[in-house]
Amino acid sequence: MAGPGAGEPAMEDERSFSDICGGRLALRRRYYSPSCLEFCLICPRISLRSLTAVTCTVWLAAYGLFTLCENSMILSAAIFITLLGLLGYLHFVKIDHETLLIIDSLGIQMTSSYASGKESTTFIEMGKVKDVIINEAIYMQKVIYYLCILLKDPVEPHGISQVVPIFQSAKPRLDCLIEVYRSCQEILAHQKATSTRP
Amino acid sequence: MVLKAFFPTCCASADSGLLVGRWVPEQSSAVVLAVVHFPFIPVQVKELLAQVQQASQVGVTVLGTWCHRRQEPEESLGHFLEGLGALFSHEPWLQLCRERGSKSWSCKATRRQGPTPLTPACEDQVMLIFYNQRKVLLSQLHPPAALPERQAGDATASAGGLAAVFDTVARSEVLFQSDRFDEGPVRLTHWQSEGVEASILVELAKRAAGPICLLLACLLSLVSAASACRVFRPWPLSFIWSKLSTCEQLRHRLDQLMLVVSAHRAEGPAQLMRKANTLVSVLLDMALGLLLLSWLHRKDRFAQLAEALIPVADRVAEELQHLLQWLMGAPAGLKMNRALDQVLGRFFLYHIHLWISYIHLMSPFIEHILWHLGLSACLGLTVALSILSDIISLLTFHIYCFYVYGARLYCLKIHGLSSLWRLFRGKKWNVLRQRVDSCSYDLDQLFIGTLLFTILIFLLPTTALYYLVFTLLRLLVVTVQGLVHLLVDLINSLPLYSLGLRLCRPYRLAAGVKFRVLEHEAGRPLRLLMQINPLPFRHVVRTYRLPSCGCPPKHSWGSLCRKLFFGELIYPWRQRGDKQD
Repeated sequence: MAGPGAGEPAMEDERSFSDICGGRLALRRRYYSPSCLEFCLICPRISLRSLTAVTCTVWLAAYGLFTLCENSMILSAAIFITLLGLLGYLHFVKIDHETLLIIDSLGIQMTSSYASGKESTTFIEMGKVKDVIINEAIYMQKVIYYLCILLKDPVEPHGISQVVPIFQSAKPRLDCLIEVYRSCQEILAHQKATSTRP
Repeated sequence: MVLKAFFPTCCASADSGLLVGRWVPEQSSAVVLAVVHFPFIPVQVKELLAQVQQASQVGVTVLGTWCHRRQEPEESLGHFLEGLGALFSHEPWLQLCRERGSKSWSCKATRRQGPTPLTPACEDQVMLIFYNQRKVLLSQLHPPAALPERQAGDATASAGGLAAVFDTVARSEVLFQSDRFDEGPVRLTHWQSEGVEASILVELAKRAAGPICLLLACLLSLVSAASACRVFRPWPLSFIWSKLSTCEQLRHRLDQLMLVVSAHRAEGPAQLMRKANTLVSVLLDMALGLLLLSWLHRKDRFAQLAEALIPVADRVAEELQHLLQWLMGAPAGLKMNRALDQVLGRFFLYHIHLWISYIHLMSPFIEHILWHLGLSACLGLTVALSILSDIISLLTFHIYCFYVYGARLYCLKIHGLSSLWRLFRGKKWNVLRQRVDSCSYDLDQLFIGTLLFTILIFLLPTTALYYLVFTLLRLLVVTVQGLVHLLVDLINSLPLYSLGLRLCRPYRLAAGVKFRVLEHEAGRPLRLLMQINPLPFRHVVRTYRLPSCGCPPKHSWGSLCRKLFFGELIYPWRQRGDKQD
């Protein structure tokens, strides 16, 4: 990829932020063109400590059951369950990174990549997007900020039909959200300006 | 707005020529469908486009030029290509260019600002979006939420955004009919230009389908006519047929098969999928049924089943007798009213005795009956399961009878108690006004009323206990039958063809699209790859679910508890006549 020219914004840069629980997040921003921008939020990896703790708990419980029942099937079942559980967790639950791709006059695309490599993508056309905002929510015992896309209501011109949150699993803090919000608003403003022009 | 050029991946290595496709002005996007190669005669190209436009109702025009050249740009070719812009006038005129062997593309879109061709043209920014033409042609977009006020016929080619691209490619199939081996006047490159795809098996199946469908339709109409004329005349028989779940299942399957082999062509993709799903479901059902039949015949299981059935029925009757003896004594330490207890207990014991005699009478014929019923498994596993459910309900008929007796008795008692309770307090139910009114009773009315109230309330525990026990037994049987019906519904309504399609050809069922940014160089236009985002499995099941013959239980938990408390009878049967369709 060509390096940044004089006066042009950087093609790719990476900064580190933290999420609402204090884990480290890395925000990688890729600038393809004035109308196309990609943000990639890399979540903290699965920690060896928690994995060991869960495995030890499950196996100790199985061993305790084994001493009660004297059936060796329990031990093999415990190993099986641990393996399946780990695979299921990696494939369905643990998210490796989340990406937001904004393309002016085309739409906004959100991708979640799981730890096993599976990707799930949602694409929203620009015609349906009303605005991108930062909203507050009550989450457990905290009040957190989250970035979301407002979709237009086809029936009512000033109404909102749906609120689609972005970076739901990574849950970054406000400083990271403000970065993403600024860039999104630049592109949306540009898109609104050009769409009103015939 | 940035101009979006949708370019098929199959044309990326084609020779230079003209770009042919459709321009969507609302989204400022140009959908390229094919490339017309040199040499060509402009009149013939225009004729071909007019033909395609008439056949497909899509506004196909020449959009611009495509240039696939070597390192040094050839001046003559450049001027020639610009001259074509004057020949086929189109606003904006697209000029795509690619260097052979490299990945650098260049795009230009020029617009003339004034009426005369001498005014300077202004250039738009262009974004290239590659798409796989074959997959987009074959796929069907499933919008996330269909608007209620939009009719199906309203979906013209100006539908929003990416649906327009899918629509354009799907409708322009007539443009892709000719390949490079045809001796036509115009040479095109598109996804089928290397040779039109066809499969011998599919063609043979299409030819054979007509007569086979006709034959099957005749047979099925004969069967349905036979079932409609003779059987429903006498009243007791028609009542029985309506209660048996086997008949319902058979009727449902008959309807489905009639739909599949009917002579009408499927109107839209949804109808086609429904037909395919029904056919695959029926075939799988029959295959499973035949498997079951072969398993039953293998080790002479029928005899084993028949031998096991009588002892099981005997055992159930014995357990019921023990239960009644227990109720007639002091069940769970409660003290029952002796006389009523003995009356009810003896009554039910006599019933069980009748039932056992009946079963023993039937025992020599059980094996034959089972064998003949087992033959019906070749009609499908669902039919076999429905027969199982019917056998269960026939064998537990005595439990049902006991439940009805107990419930009626209890219901009578509750109603009596409530009306006498009102009398106790000096009130009465006004049937005309449907409310409780005060009423002055005579002394003897009050006396007898209070006496009856006392009698009823002291007999309540006995009746309530019998009611409770038999209701629990009945609920147990209903649960078992419900599980069997659930399995039958699952087999009936699972859209197996759609699930198989989603597994093997995921691009056919599209929930949307996804974009990937390809290698980008500064100064070159932005290149994206558009891929199809397949529909998740649960959405496939939800969209293409076949209608099942039963309807979901209408009672909520609250109304069920209320009915149980007041002793009203619960009917768990799915009545086909109650369903609205």
